[in-house]
Amino acid sequence: MSQERITKHECAHVAALARLRLTDDELDRFSTQLGELLDHVAEVESLDIDDLPATQHPFGISNLLRADEPAQTLDRDQVLAQAPHIENGQFRVPPVLGEAS
Amino acid sequence: MNPSPTSASQTAAAVRSKARSALSVVEEHLAVIGQSEEEICAFNIVTADKARSRAAQIDAQIAQGHNPGPLAGVPVAIKDNLCTKGIPTTCSSRILEGWEPPYDATAVELLCGAGAVIIGKTNMDEFAMGSSTENSAFRPTRNPQDTSKVPGGSSGGSAAAVAAGFAPIALGTDTGGSIRQPAALCGVVGVKPTYGRVSRYGLIAFASSLDQIGPFANTVADAALVTDVIAQFDSRDSTSISQPVADVLPTLDHGVAGVRIGVIKELGGKGIAPDVAARCDQAIGALESAGAKVGQASVPSAGYGLSAYYLIAPAEASSNLARFDGVRYGLRVDAKSTPEMNIATRSAGFGEEVKRRIMLGTYALSSGYYDAYYAKAQKVRTLIIADFAKAWEDFDLLLSPTSPTTAFSLGERTADPMAMYMSDVCTVPVNLTGQAAMSVPYGCGQDGLPVGVQILAPALGEPLMFRAAAVLEASLG
Repeated sequence: MSQERITKHECAHVAALARLRLTDDELDRFSTQLGELLDHVAEVESLDIDDLPATQHPFGISNLLRADEPAQTLDRDQVLAQAPHIENGQFRVPPVLGEAS
Repeated sequence: MNPSPTSASQTAAAVRSKARSALSVVEEHLAVIGQSEEEICAFNIVTADKARSRAAQIDAQIAQGHNPGPLAGVPVAIKDNLCTKGIPTTCSSRILEGWEPPYDATAVELLCGAGAVIIGKTNMDEFAMGSSTENSAFRPTRNPQDTSKVPGGSSGGSAAAVAAGFAPIALGTDTGGSIRQPAALCGVVGVKPTYGRVSRYGLIAFASSLDQIGPFANTVADAALVTDVIAQFDSRDSTSISQPVADVLPTLDHGVAGVRIGVIKELGGKGIAPDVAARCDQAIGALESAGAKVGQASVPSAGYGLSAYYLIAPAEASSNLARFDGVRYGLRVDAKSTPEMNIATRSAGFGEEVKRRIMLGTYALSSGYYDAYYAKAQKVRTLIIADFAKAWEDFDLLLSPTSPTTAFSLGERTADPMAMYMSDVCTVPVNLTGQAAMSVPYGCGQDGLPVGVQILAPALGEPLMFRAAAVLEASLG
C-alpha cells in the first residue's frame, strides 16, 4: 500500500520542486517512509468534514497594517556582512538565466 | 550530580539587594557547566565572556542605585532558533552555521531588559523538527536524569540546561510539543503560552501558525515570572495579541477550589504507558483534594491532531525554509547557476529529518494532492477547535499526560519516523487550537524517570492554568 502512495519517481519530482537533490539511497528511503507517513495521516480522509471551513490561524485574525511612517530598519552593512557573497552593497549570485560565462 | 535547583526570583532578589553579585551568580553557573556540559551537550555555544561582562554591567547598575528588573543577574539559556544579536544562531543546522543575527528576538530583548544574563545558546533538533534532540546537525543532547536517555525535543538543550542546573531559566519554542515534551522528560516545568501572547519576532520560523515561544524553569513560580516578562504585545509580529492580558504571578497562590477540570478521555488510555497514567491519576487526586471539581472531558477529534499536524507543520515548513537558498545568509555551495547553487546549498546544508519534512510538506501542497491533504488537514483543525470549544463549556481547565512515555533511549526511535512522531500525540492538539498548555513534573515512572502532567487552558487562560500547576507542585511537598 505504501508503494502506491508515493513512488520513487514522484519522490524525485517533489525533491525537484523543493530544490533538493537526493541520492538514490535517499529516494528509496524517503519514498518508503513518506508512504508510511501518508498511510497514517490518510486517516483524515475518512472524516466527513467537507462542509467545514479551513483554519489558517487559530483565532482567525486578518491583515494588520501599520501606519505608513518612516522608522529605523536594520543597518544594511550589518545585514550584508552576513551574506556569503556581496558586491557594491548587494547580494552577488551566479547567473540566474542562460549559460554561465 | 545535579545541584539543588536554584530559584530565579530568589537569585534576582539577592542580586538586587547586593547580598550576591550578578558576576558570582554567573561564575557559579559556569562552574556547573564546566563540570558536566561535556557529558550533557546542552549548548551549541556557552557565551561565558559576554555573560561575565553583562553581569558586571548589572552589578554596576545596582551599585548606582538602579533596579535592573525582576530577573536581575539571572542566567538564561536560549534555544538556538531565537535570534541573538552578535551571538551565532544556528537552529542546530549546517545551513546556518556561523551566522550572527543583526538583531535580538523580542523575547530575548524582553528577558535582557528585565536583567537576565544570556549564558549560552542551546542545542535542538535541526530547525525544531524532532522529539529527541537527536536531529541536531552537531550532536545529540543527553538527559541529565539518565545520560543514556534522550532529553526529548525539539527544545532538548533548553530542558537539559535547566534540569542540569546550567541555568535556572531557559527559553524554548513549541510547535507541536517542543517545550512541554522535553520538560516532562527532563523533570522541569515547561510552558506553551497562548498563540500570539509571546512575539515570534526573531524566532526562525518552522510552522508559523503553530510556533510559540515559552519558558522552562525548575519551579512554577519562576515559569510564571518569565511568562509575565515575555508575554507582551509586539507590533513587529502581526499575530501578536494586542488586547491587555492579566499577569500570571499575582494570582499564582489562589488555588483551584471550585475550578472545573476535565480529564481528556481521548488522550488517555490506549497508547499511554501505565506508570505515566498512574501519575496522572495521582495528579487528578491532588487537584480534587484541593477542591477542584474533576470530571471526564471528551474531545472526540483530538486523536486526529497528530495527522493534521504532520500535514500542516511540514507544509508550512516547506514554505518557510525556502528562504535558505544560499543567497543572503549562512551556507552557500557554489555552482554555475543560481538554481544549481540553491540546490547544492540546500542538499548539503539540510539534515535528513529536515529534508523528509520539506518533502512531505511539498508533496502535501503540490498540485493534485493539495485538497486531499493540506486543505483537509486545515478542516480537521477547524473540527478540533470546535470540539475543544464544546469541552470549554463544561470545564475551566483540561488535563492529560504530556508524553505517552518517560524518556526513551538514544537511538531507540531514530530509524522509525512514525514512532518518533507518536511522542507528540498529547501535545499537538493545543498547537492546532492556539490554546495555552504547560507540563508540570509529577513524580517518576517505574524506571525512575520523570513524568509530566499537561494542563490545558482556553486561549488567554494562563492565570488559572498556573494556579493549577502551583497546586500540583505543592502537593508533591
